Parts: sequence; C-alpha cells; structure tokens
Amino acid sequence: MTHVLDKPAESPATVTPTARTARRRALLEWIAVHSLGVAAALFFTLPFVFVLLTSLMSDSQALSRNLIPDPWQWDNYRRVLDTPGFLTWWRNTLLYAGLGTVLTVVSSLPVAYALAKFRFRGRNLTLMLVISMMMLPPQVVVIPMYLFWAKQLDLSGTLWPLIVPMAFGDAFSIFLLRQFLTTIPNEYVDAAKVDGCGELRTLLRVVVPMARPGIAAVALFQFFYAWNDYFGPQIYASENPGAWTLSYGLESFKGAHHTDWNLTMAATLLVMAPVILVFFFAQKAFVEGVTLTGVKG
Amino acid sequence: MSNSEPKSNTLRSKRRRSALRTAAFLSPWLIGFTVFFAYPLLSTVYFSFMHYDGFKPPTWAGTRNWTYVFEHYPYFWPALRNTLWLVLVMVTLRVLFGLGVGLLITRIKTGTGVFRTLFYLPYLAPPVAATMAFAFLLNPGTGPVNSLLEGVGIPAPGWFNDPAWSKPALTLLALWGVGDLMVIFMAALLDVPKEQYEAAELDGASAWQRFRFVTLPNISPIIMFAVVTGVIQTMQYYTQPLVAGKVASGVIQGAGTLFEPGYPDRSTLTLPQLVYNLGFQRFDYGSACVVALVLFALSMAFTALLMRRRGGLIQAGD
Repeated sequence: MTHVLDKPAESPATVTPTARTARRRALLEWIAVHSLGVAAALFFTLPFVFVLLTSLMSDSQALSRNLIPDPWQWDNYRRVLDTPGFLTWWRNTLLYAGLGTVLTVVSSLPVAYALAKFRFRGRNLTLMLVISMMMLPPQVVVIPMYLFWAKQLDLSGTLWPLIVPMAFGDAFSIFLLRQFLTTIPNEYVDAAKVDGCGELRTLLRVVVPMARPGIAAVALFQFFYAWNDYFGPQIYASENPGAWTLSYGLESFKGAHHTDWNLTMAATLLVMAPVILVFFFAQKAFVEGVTLTGVKG
Repeated sequence: MSNSEPKSNTLRSKRRRSALRTAAFLSPWLIGFTVFFAYPLLSTVYFSFMHYDGFKPPTWAGTRNWTYVFEHYPYFWPALRNTLWLVLVMVTLRVLFGLGVGLLITRIKTGTGVFRTLFYLPYLAPPVAATMAFAFLLNPGTGPVNSLLEGVGIPAPGWFNDPAWSKPALTLLALWGVGDLMVIFMAALLDVPKEQYEAAELDGASAWQRFRFVTLPNISPIIMFAVVTGVIQTMQYYTQPLVAGKVASGVIQGAGTLFEPGYPDRSTLTLPQLVYNLGFQRFDYGSACVVALVLFALSMAFTALLMRRRGGLIQAGD
C-alpha cells in the first residue's frame, strides 16, 4: 500500500482521476491501519509504562493517584535488591532454569532424533504419547510425585524434585525438536553413515550443527518455563524460603510490603527484565519456535 | 532398516542391534514416562479410592472421595462453572483478538518489526509478574486504570475485588498476552496464496468478501488449533487466577498460611487450584486425586480432538 507513497511524485498532468482516488484511498488506508497499530501498541505497552513509573515513586506517592513520579526515586531498586532473600531467589531461579535447560536439551535430543529419523514399530504410538503428555498439567500426578519426593526421599524444601525429572526428557521439547529434525533431509544422515559414523556420532557431528536453531528455541522455551514456573516451587520449595525462586518469592514481596506498590512494582520489573532481555537477543529463534509448535504441516 | 525377511543370522543380529539402538536413544523418555508419569498416574487412581492424610497409613475408602468431591466439596462446581465461563468468553475473545492483531500486523507496512515486538512482549512477561502488574493497574483504590476511567466519568469496576468483574479482569490480562496467537495467525495469514486474493479482487469481491471467502477458509485449521489449545490451557489455568485472588484479598503468603481459594467469592477458582487446596491445605490426598483425574480426563478428551485433525499437529516425518 505504501509503494504509492514511496514513488517519486508524477507530474499532475499524467495522473488520471481514477489513479488519484486510488492513491487517496491507499493513503487513507495507510493512516487507518497505522492509527490502529498505534492504539494497539499503547494497549500492549502502557501497562509496562505504568509499572515502571510506579516503581520510581516515593512510598506515599505510590498510594496516591498521581501518575508521574515526583521525585524520581531510583533508590527503590536498591531497596528491592537489599531485601533479605531476593538475591537468593535470583540464584535459585538461575540454578533451576539453567541446569534444567541443559538437562532437558541433552536428554530430549536423542529421543527426538529417534522419533524423527529411526524407523521402528511403535514410533507413532510413542509420538502420540509424547503429545498427550505435553498437554497434561503437572497437577494430574502431583500427589504421588510429592509423596515420592517428600516422604520417601526427604527432598521437599529443595528444587531437586523439579530439576531431576528434566534429565529424563521433556515432552514439549521432544516434540518441538522432532518437528525440527524432520525438516533435515535424510541424505545428510545417510551420507554420514556411509562415511562410517555410528548413530551417536551422526547425531552429534551432523545433526546437532544443523539443528542449532531448533535447539536454541527449545532451550529458550525451557528456560522461560522454569523462570515462570509457580506451581512447582509452590509445591516443593514453599516450606523453605531459602529455596524459593523469583516467581514464587515475588508474591510474598507484596505480602511483606503490604501496600508498598512502588517496591512491589520494582520487584515485578526485576523479574520481567531478564526474560525480555533474553528475548531481544534471541528473537528470531524464539518466533521460529512459536511457529513450529503446531502450525507447520 | 528392519523390513527385510529375518532369514540369516547376520540379519537377525542386525535387527536386534537396531532395536537396541532405538531403545538406547529413547531411554531417557522411556524412564521418564514410566517413573514420572505412568506409575504416578496409577498411584493417583489408587489414592482416589483411599483415605490418606500423609501421616496415618492409607485405608480403603471406596467411592467416598468421589461422592465427596462431586456432592459435598463446595469448590468443585464453582471451579467447573468458572472454567466454562473462561472457555466461552476468554478463549473466544483471545482467538478473535489474536486474529485481529495478526491481521493488523500483516497490513502494517511501516515499522513492522517494532510493532510486532511491542505486540509480542507482554506474552513473555512471567505470569506471576504480569498478574501482579495487573492487580496493581486495576486496583480499585489508586490504580491508574480506574483513575483514568473516573477521570472521564465512567463508573469504575472493582475488578479483582468484585466477583462479577474478576473473570473479566483475568480476560483482560489474557488479551494483553495474546502474542503467541498473533505470531501463529501472522504466519498463517502470510501463507494464504496471493493469487486467490487477486482472483477475488478481479471478481469484484469487497474486503469483507475477500476475508470471508479467501482468508477464513485458508486459516480455519489454525483457528481450530487455537481454540482447542486455548480450551486445554484454560482447564489448566492456575497461576494467574490464584495470584490475582491472593494479591487482591491481601493474604500474606508463607509456609502454612491458610488461604481461602477463589477470592472474591469463589469467582476465580479453577480445577488445578482444587488439587492444591485438597492435597496441600486440607491433606485429603484421596479427594485431591479425584480432582486430578477429572483434570486428566478433560485434558485427554480435548487432546484427542486435537490429534484427530490430520496434519495439524504431527508433521509427516521420516
């Protein structure tokens, strides 16, 4: 539509009346579409803006109806970071998300490879089971799992009940990687075998380098999943604040600070910020992953 | 690899090797599936027929847990009704809004990348953080949204503090995070063959007719996908309603804190919250397992629906 605008202006004499109305129409459409775009952008960004503004207000001002901080109290962020526990939650979250992501990728990759490239009986059944598990909420089996981790292994109050299972493949990651690996032509895999590579070497030397975007997407999703997880830490870590993660601890922040919306909002932004930063560095892999989850095919 | 006749010994050992290799590659999943899913699922069925509080040994309860959950537990039916409301209203609006934003972004020609990123960002906000942000934005006392509404003379609702408005507030939060659907719809819209639009235009089709007879038929599988996954996600909706209820009610969290779920007035109860309430607040593991199985059955039913659509989820692979 905008090509009309980009074109060098023709002399008025050569413009027929129909061309002029078409042009005006295109311009009006451009204006309408972009006004809607700006309105939508306000809807999506204003919450962030209000949260940021409030996080910079003084305690008393955060309780008023003012929208602009006066004075701008940057010190709030230091107060949040100084809160007992906040840095521990940060460290726990990095452990859960970081270690969990590595374990998930390492354990899911061979499974996805087998599902994408091996031919064996029961392959479709396995894939169906993977997809079914992907759609199940953790609450379905949480009672026996909790009894297992807490009563038999005495590991409640730690994050291990959340991290250890990630060493045994994650349904969503297996599915996503499998979707990606099926797009790699079999010729590459066969050529590696002709060169005398075993399956494991083929996977590591040939398939992994080609599947890097898929692996990146899976790693990102898994990292975000652990970062955002609330139910897991609530079940296993709640009794021990030393094991809380940011997502779980954030809520207690509101409790401890009652109506201090300014500090609560500063903490909220500190929990959002890393995810958003990671996104900016890995935007392409991420969007590719989202589209891969179910649309292609 | 194993489709030739198993006659010679070498062939047979080759077959065995290939089966072993497959098992080795699948082993993380096979172990994980057995230990972290199949076995606990059977235990869940077992416990649903037992009285168990985690301290005294389990005793046989027959169907009492089941009748308790369906007939006497005061939260079960409200949670199911809320889920139905959310499926009808929240899922519908989210799909429509996602489609609308997807259509909009495909028509934006200037600054597309910036718009797309801005539209997508809220989806990334961690659910707890996003819910806290909305609890603040929509708080009836000093929240900026109600300040603005009152400023222009519109009566301001109580949002998360009013049983009639808590689900609409959650819907607003869900619409804010529509980025996943936007990306999916955007990809689908860009996949619609250009020639079909050109042909329709030559036939003098209006913009609405082009949408109705070209766009819609092409993207209807994706709409279906969005609806079904939306329904599945809604049945499992947990963090947002729980956190919204807790923050709005002003309950301070901590070990052993008793929290009456569903504030205000059970209006934000969902099924997964019942598993937590029964199992980890009332220590009635048997009844918690009953709700867990209901959740399982509902999720599976809709997953089956999703998988029956050929070609949607499973890519033809080799």
